Amino acid sequence: MTTKEETVHQDQHPLEKSNILIEAKNLKKYFPVKGGMFNRQKSFVKAVDDISLKIYEGETFSLVGESGSGKSTLGRALLRLQEPTDGSIFFEGQDITSLKKEEMRKIRHNMQVIYQDPFGSLNPRMKVTELIGEPFRINKIASGKELEKRVIELMELVGLDPSRRNRYPHEFSGGQRQRIGIARAIALNPKFILADEAVSALDVSVQAQVINLMKDLQRDLGLTYLFIAHGLNVVRHISDRVGVMYLGHLVEVGEVEELYKRPAHPYTSALISTNPTPNPRAKREKVILKGEIPSPSNPPSGCRFHTRCPLATDRCKTEAPKLVPISEERSVACHYPLV
Amino acid sequence: MKELLQVKNLSVEFQSDAGKIRAIDDVSFNVKPGETVCIVGESGSGKSVTSLSVMRLLEYENGSIAGGEVLFENEDLVTKSQEEMRKIRGNDISIIFQEPMTALNPVFTIGRQLIEGIQQHQDVSKKEAWDRACELLRLVGLNDVPVRMKQYPHELSGGMRQRVMIAIALAGNPKLLIADEPTTALDVTIETQILNLLNELKEKINMSIILITHDMGVAAEVADKIVVMYAGKIVEQGTVYQIFDEPTHPYTKGLLQSIPSDTDKKDRLYSIKGTIPSLNDLPQGCRFHPRCEFATDKCLQSEPPLLQENDREVACWNFKEVLKEKVKL
Repeated sequence: MTTKEETVHQDQHPLEKSNILIEAKNLKKYFPVKGGMFNRQKSFVKAVDDISLKIYEGETFSLVGESGSGKSTLGRALLRLQEPTDGSIFFEGQDITSLKKEEMRKIRHNMQVIYQDPFGSLNPRMKVTELIGEPFRINKIASGKELEKRVIELMELVGLDPSRRNRYPHEFSGGQRQRIGIARAIALNPKFILADEAVSALDVSVQAQVINLMKDLQRDLGLTYLFIAHGLNVVRHISDRVGVMYLGHLVEVGEVEELYKRPAHPYTSALISTNPTPNPRAKREKVILKGEIPSPSNPPSGCRFHTRCPLATDRCKTEAPKLVPISEERSVACHYPLV
Repeated sequence: MKELLQVKNLSVEFQSDAGKIRAIDDVSFNVKPGETVCIVGESGSGKSVTSLSVMRLLEYENGSIAGGEVLFENEDLVTKSQEEMRKIRGNDISIIFQEPMTALNPVFTIGRQLIEGIQQHQDVSKKEAWDRACELLRLVGLNDVPVRMKQYPHELSGGMRQRVMIAIALAGNPKLLIADEPTTALDVTIETQILNLLNELKEKINMSIILITHDMGVAAEVADKIVVMYAGKIVEQGTVYQIFDEPTHPYTKGLLQSIPSDTDKKDRLYSIKGTIPSLNDLPQGCRFHPRCEFATDKCLQSEPPLLQENDREVACWNFKEVLKEKVKL
C-alpha cells in the first residue's frame, strides 16, 4: 500500500519527517456485518472511514467522541492491533502497514497500550513482580537479579512500594493497579503510548494522581501519548491537540484551548457545551443534541452529523464535507464552520 | 417545609468472613418534597448502600440495618416487613440503576414490561395499562411510542433504555425517585438529555430525587442539596451553593480541586494523597486523617461528630482552618 509518491513526499520535508512520530494516511477499518439468509455479508460498519492524522513527537493527542464514533478502533488500528482495511500507517517515517509479524514485534517495543480496566488486563494469578517483569522476560532482555532490579526501579518510578512486589493484583486498589499497567507499558522504554480510557474508571482523587504520573513520565521519558477518553475536563488538562470523531470520521482537529474556547464544528460545540462543569452557577446555553449517534452500519448521507445538527441545510444532506484547514492550527469538516 | 424522607442515625452492617463490616455509620439526612439531593463520594464511600437501605433492598445482599430510622412520610421503613415494603417500592419510592440493560428483561418487549409494572401497582385493565404505558414513554421523551412498545431492550440504545427504566420507575407515581449513577454509562450528550429529563420531571410531577453520583459536575447541575460521604460516613452536607462556594471539609475541598479545570491547565493537578481505606481496616480517629492536609493530633485520636454550623453540617475538627483557604474553581 506504500506508494512511491508518499515516500518522496516524506523526503521533501525532512523537518516535518523528524517531528512526526506516527501518521495515518486515508486509514480505513471496516467490519463486515453478516446477516440474512446463508449469513451473507450484508454491509460494513465503517468504524474508521478515511482518516488522515499526524501525531508529533512529545505531544499528547486526544481523541474524543461518543461511543461508537470509532476512536478506540482508530487507536488500535494505528498500532495494528486491528489490521486496517485500507490506507497506510507510518511510524517514525517507516511504513508499517504491511510489516510481517516478526518485524512488527520489534516496532511494538516502541508502541505500548494502557487499557481502561487494569483488572481485566492483569493476570490475577501472576505476582506484581512477574507482571511488571513480563516484558523483559518475553523479549529476553533481563533475568534473575537484573530483572528484579529493573522491576524495583519501575515500581519506584510509578509510585508503587517495591516491597509489595510479591503480592497479587487483587491486593491493590484501582489506582495502584493502573500504576502496574503503566509500569508494564513503559518497561521497554517506548516512544509512543496509546492510553485507551486509561483514567476513566478511576475515582476523581485517584484519577488526578494517575494523570500527574502520566504527565511526569511524559516529561522525563519523552513519551508521546494518544489519549482516548470521554472525560472532557481531563482531555482539556492533559492534551496538546484534540481530534473530535463522529461516526468514523474526524470532524475537527485543533490545539486544545482554541478548540475548547472556539469550537468550529457544531458537533464539537455541542459536546463541549454539554460537559457537566463543577459550578452550580454556570447556567450556560447548552446545545442539546437531538437523538443519539446513528448506527455506524447505516450512516446518514452527506454530512454524517446532519441528522442531529442544529445548523444543517439541504447541502449537508447530500454533500459530505471534507476535513480542511481553516487556520494553521485547525482543520474542520463542516460546510458552515462556526469560526 | 415538611420533610418527605428523614434518615436518622442509620447504620448498616454486612456479614463477611472477617466478621461484621459496618458499611455506613450513623448517617442522617433529609429530603423535602420536590427536592433533589445528591449523595456524592468515591467508590467504597457507602453512597449506594445508603440508597439500597432506604429501599430495604440490602437485605437481599447479606446486609442488615444495625440501627437508626428511615422515616418516609413519618413512617419508619426499618420496622416494616418485606411484604409491606413491596407495596411501598414502586408506588411511593422507585429506584433506577446505572446499567439499564441488566435491569430490563431481554426476552420481553418494552410494552410488556411497562404494562406489568403498571398492573403491579394499579388495578387497571390491559387497555388502560397500555394507554398509561404510552403516556409514560411520551413523558420520558421517546418518539414513535407505538413502535417502541413492541421493541425489545436490545433494539434500543443506551440512552433510550435508561428512559424506559425511568418510565417504569414512574409507573406507580412515586413521590421519591432514587437514581443510582443513572448517567455514568452514558455519553455526555445523552447524559445531558437524561439530567434534563430528571429536572423536568421533578417540576412536572413534583417528585423528590435522591441522585447518587461520583461526578461533582453532575451534582452541580441537578442538586438542591449535596451530601458528601467518605468511608461510610457523611463528612459534610449543605446546599449546592454552600458546598461548591465554600467547602468546609478537607475531603470535599480535595474532590473539587482534583477536577481538571481550564485555569490550571499547565500546572499539576491537585490530588488527595493515598486512597480510601478498606472498611475492615479503618484508621483511628477521623477516617480521613491519613489523607488530610489539615490533620492535627486531635484528628488522630478522636472522630469528629457531624456539627451543625451556619445551617449546614460538617464533620471536621479543623473546619475553620479549611474555610480560610479559598478554592479556585
